[in-house]
Amino acid sequence: MKNCAALIIGGSAGSLDVLFKVLPAISTTITFPIIIVVHRKQGTDSLLSNLLATKTLLKVKEVEEKEKVLPGSVYIVPSDYHSLIEKDETFSLDYSEKVNYSRPSIDVTFQSAAEVYQDKLVCLLLSGSNADGVNGLITVKRFGGKAIVQDPLTAQVNYMPAQAILRAKIDKILTIDEMADYINAL
Amino acid sequence: MPHADGINDEQVEILINDVLEQYGYDFTGYSRASLKRRLLRLYGLDRQVSFAEFRYKVANDPVYFKRFVEQITVNVTEMFRDPNFYKALREKVLPNLGTYPFIRIWLAGCSTGEEAYSIAIVLKELNLLHKSLIYATDINPTVLEKAGLGMFPLSQMKQYSENYITSGGTQEFSTYYNANYSLVKFNEDLKDKMIFSTHNLVSDHSFNEFQLILCRNVLIYFDRDLQFKVLQLFDGSLDQLGYLALGTKETTDFSPISKRYKRLEGEKIWRKISG
Repeated sequence: MKNCAALIIGGSAGSLDVLFKVLPAISTTITFPIIIVVHRKQGTDSLLSNLLATKTLLKVKEVEEKEKVLPGSVYIVPSDYHSLIEKDETFSLDYSEKVNYSRPSIDVTFQSAAEVYQDKLVCLLLSGSNADGVNGLITVKRFGGKAIVQDPLTAQVNYMPAQAILRAKIDKILTIDEMADYINAL
Repeated sequence: MPHADGINDEQVEILINDVLEQYGYDFTGYSRASLKRRLLRLYGLDRQVSFAEFRYKVANDPVYFKRFVEQITVNVTEMFRDPNFYKALREKVLPNLGTYPFIRIWLAGCSTGEEAYSIAIVLKELNLLHKSLIYATDINPTVLEKAGLGMFPLSQMKQYSENYITSGGTQEFSTYYNANYSLVKFNEDLKDKMIFSTHNLVSDHSFNEFQLILCRNVLIYFDRDLQFKVLQLFDGSLDQLGYLALGTKETTDFSPISKRYKRLEGEKIWRKISG
């Protein structure tokens, strides 16, 4: 797939370690944006962006509302808001009800992006202890995008990827070591 | 194009048009991704079977339309939400306004009123409530009715109390309300200084001059043009040296009013520095 328009990575408990391992190995010449949706405590935003920025030479920034989604950037969605992608490939933020007890919800970002990027979207679901993201992957598949999950055997908390494998049509199951090569080839 | 969820993009536009023509509510400047998600949510919640029926009901059943507005707009709020914001209000903004003989505050998009009661509590603790008036407005009459009751779930009080303490609250939070089964009712003296009224930021005009305007997590649902229009409405409603407070992810940057405002360092609060 040489025409990936966006990669979205979702994760919860146990996903940060994966990001810390994978981000440094991601090529700085990627031609698509990476959007990261991780569950976390409110008000820890800059901390997370700063931490992840130390792991890559790609530009890492926290999502601003109405901001254009640009290739080659790593976007961290803010805590306590849902992040959606508009048709014109800008971000919208939303402070509506939690989804799967989560805000940000991975489902919300996956689902809105699915319609925008259609078959040029790749979504990767990592370690986590609830099923947020699974419905999103189902929507992504419906619009022709790719659904990838972390191999549950390599996940600190395997519930999230295991639920995805159970309920969605998954294109690829990746160990942590395989992720960067896969992403660089998109 | 798959749309098993029930509503596609064209149908979103059709609904927006219907609602504008039938009721005069203008959603054309709302961000579409979020709006569509709200529409799909309502469609699913109410187990609608076809778009045609849904459309007919929205356009022809005023009772259902009331529900439509209530569900399409986001009414998630809490007391002392973003405690650091209330700390800034308590320590930096209100003491300045305290030198005025009278303080008029506009809380735009007040939803079910949690923020209005929070502000009243801070004003009371600064001994300013007696000379303040909080105009709390929302597009949605149903939430205003709830706001006017001043009753909130008891189950929330632990969280609100923690927020209150983090925000610099000095009293025992529970002295501000009486618990009654699963609800608490906030003290009447807080409400004495509130005026609840419908106001549509999209179509209604300025209705007074204020020293402080708060509108938090409303602009995020609007497109840039509408954001600018609403910011100009606020600008036209704000006294010289008055304050404008926005949500943690909102800004006056890039807008036509930005050059007249100076941001309080580290806060989402701007002060009007020239007319």
